[in-house]
Amino acid sequence: MIYFDKVSKVYADQSIALQDVTFSVEPQEFVSIVGHSGAGKTTLLKLLLAEESPSDGRVFFESVDIQSLKNREVPKYRRKIGVVFQDFRLLPNKNVYENIAFSMEAAGRSDEEIESDVPHVLDLVDLSKKIWNFPHELSGGEKQRVAIARAIVNQPDIIIADEPTGNLDPVNTFDIVQILKKINDLGTTVILTTHNKGVIDSLGRRVISMENGRIVRDDKEGRYTI
Amino acid sequence: MIWVDTKRIIKSGFFNFSRNAFVSLSSVLVMIITLSVICSLIFISAFLNTSLDTIKSKVDVNVYFTRAAQESDIQQMQKTLEALPEVLSTTYVSREQALQDFKDRHENDQFTLQALNELDDNPLGAVLNIKAKDPSQYESIAQFLDSKAIVGSDGVSIVDKVNFNQNRVAIEQLSRIISSASKLGSILTLLLVFISVMITLNTIRLAIYVSREEISVMRLVGASNYYVRGPFVVVGTIYGAVSGVLTLLLFYPITYYLGESSRSLYIGFNAFAYYTQNFGQIFLIIMASGMLIGAISSYLAVRKYLKT
Repeated sequence: MIYFDKVSKVYADQSIALQDVTFSVEPQEFVSIVGHSGAGKTTLLKLLLAEESPSDGRVFFESVDIQSLKNREVPKYRRKIGVVFQDFRLLPNKNVYENIAFSMEAAGRSDEEIESDVPHVLDLVDLSKKIWNFPHELSGGEKQRVAIARAIVNQPDIIIADEPTGNLDPVNTFDIVQILKKINDLGTTVILTTHNKGVIDSLGRRVISMENGRIVRDDKEGRYTI
Repeated sequence: MIWVDTKRIIKSGFFNFSRNAFVSLSSVLVMIITLSVICSLIFISAFLNTSLDTIKSKVDVNVYFTRAAQESDIQQMQKTLEALPEVLSTTYVSREQALQDFKDRHENDQFTLQALNELDDNPLGAVLNIKAKDPSQYESIAQFLDSKAIVGSDGVSIVDKVNFNQNRVAIEQLSRIISSASKLGSILTLLLVFISVMITLNTIRLAIYVSREEISVMRLVGASNYYVRGPFVVVGTIYGAVSGVLTLLLFYPITYYLGESSRSLYIGFNAFAYYTQNFGQIFLIIMASGMLIGAISSYLAVRKYLKT
């Protein structure tokens, strides 16, 4: 469902972020991308989210060339993807309910759907008690669970998690990974980037290792080797 | 769909306004200053116009007739003058009236009145007072009076003198001052409005700069541009509306005070009376400029963060 075809990305300051990257992701796969900072993981995800366009090569999502999307088509495309970030990126002026409701509103869902789905999805990440709290009243792990709830509420085809455990302690890290696994078991494709050896080794799923903008390993049931 | 989105955008705009209370407060304060500048300019231009009208109405040309002039000849001339496009109005003061006016003016001056009584005949001639529509037109009226060697039915000139030539320098200077004052006034007006609008625009840009992360998150979760921009434009409009109401409230005591204290200072213009009489118009101007400035600045400020 995702296909990177000989993709290179050179930024305006001539720094090379990706070089000749080719790989594909099948539906319902759980793929981890590992590598040091600056290896090109985040650039890869930005290309997928249409935040950046490749200098060379093409990125496909279900046979659609992402770069051919017009500006006004991009929001609709992004609704097919749920994103989770290391720094959570919740809307600070909205409470938990509103944060999740916002992405449903943006997708044009009805008020009835929002009222029934938001509590449901919060139940899934085990955060029903904090539904009316604001982000600054939550712990890191709780914030990340809100972010995951927001990412899955529109039932996206794919979840992209960019170092979601980077700011969390081991217990919360374990919880988050379990939630991502659960989401994957329910049929959603997951792409995860991480530094965390423990996470990778406990998952036992496909691992793509990157170094200096290139893919150096792609293992079906990989371990953290860098 | 559009209705649901509109409802959500407006609701979210009101939420953002109340939750960012401090940012809202500072934006509203800056906007009050802008709107006060606009409001003051309305008053200044009204004041200037009233003053100019008063000055203009004090400028006139008097034609003094000889004592021998026949009243029918004078009336004939008055008709001719009133037919001129430059002439606003003419007032005829008969010899008897002129004498009466003179007596009234000098009623405390016994010597002059006595001297007047010594005379056999009324020493004053009739006067025709001419007012032009515009001060610059006195010149051509005076020329008309000169060119038409005005003679009565018996062939003798009936005009004693025209006082335009005496007032000429003063009148011409006054016309120049009036026209350059209004030119300068309009340039200053535009400049001040421009500066204060720029300041407001910048304040709102700063307020939205704080939200740039939020905007990027909204876009990442798939919100379309108008859905991201909408609430900010609503907030900008609310800034404008709230500032507008506060400005209008603020000008109530200000003009009251100005009206009271300027009553003795200047005849003809009372700020408070002007405010209450033209409240509808001022209300519309202030509210509309506030809301437009708020909405447009927000629209422009968010646009910057919506470009990919």
